[in-house]
Amino acid sequence: MESLAVFFDDMIRYVTIACLIVISISLIILMYRAIKGPTNPDRAVALDTIGINLMAIAGLMAILLITTQLNDVILLIGILLFIGTVAIAKFLEKGVIIERDLD
Amino acid sequence: MRIRTNDLILRTTTSIIAFILLGFSLYLFFAGHNKPGGGFIGGLMTAAAIVLMYMAYGLETMKKILPWNFRYFIPAGLLIALVTGIGSFLFGQPFLSHTFAYFQFPLVGKTELATAILFDLGVYLTVIGITMTIILTIAEDDEEPASNVE
Repeated sequence: MESLAVFFDDMIRYVTIACLIVISISLIILMYRAIKGPTNPDRAVALDTIGINLMAIAGLMAILLITTQLNDVILLIGILLFIGTVAIAKFLEKGVIIERDLD
Repeated sequence: MRIRTNDLILRTTTSIIAFILLGFSLYLFFAGHNKPGGGFIGGLMTAAAIVLMYMAYGLETMKKILPWNFRYFIPAGLLIALVTGIGSFLFGQPFLSHTFAYFQFPLVGKTELATAILFDLGVYLTVIGITMTIILTIAEDDEEPASNVE
């Protein structure tokens, strides 16, 4: 029974590290798109996806460090990512982020 | 050349997500004593919710929805923080001494209430005031600058 618990602990750690490596590769590819991207919407979508990958990294680090204190951080990254993406999209489409009169 | 666009998806998501954001900011504000959070990040999250509503509905509509001037939040928050510091003089304690006590409430049971939450409330209001003042001052700058000086 003891060895089984140790085995599962090791397995969770190895799987988490493997996921971190895969997400890091994904981040590098996304960085290529964010730098090289031919148009600005390409860069905006790449930054949005980088943020989602950051949420994944924060979750995996919470598993690796065995803590629940990072859950707020994950939610916070998601919220700030949404607001930032909306702001970038409004700027790319209309030129202003907060308009004077919409109706 | 202002093209009339349809913001239906953005407005619908905003009216849902702004509620979640305000609830999360209140959670962060009250959780700051024992968990990550506190007045600063709670105020920033509230300001983020208000900025999201501003982005979806525009300045004139939001002036009707939230008709207060965010500039007054700064002295109000600073005053609350100062009063919680001075309040310790009433009990013969040094400046900014804080205390806590346990109370019995009908629904939540035994709860620890600390006077540090009042100081945190001052921080919260000040952060909202400063953030919204910065953002709205920049956003109101584009045209007809003299018409809505208060």
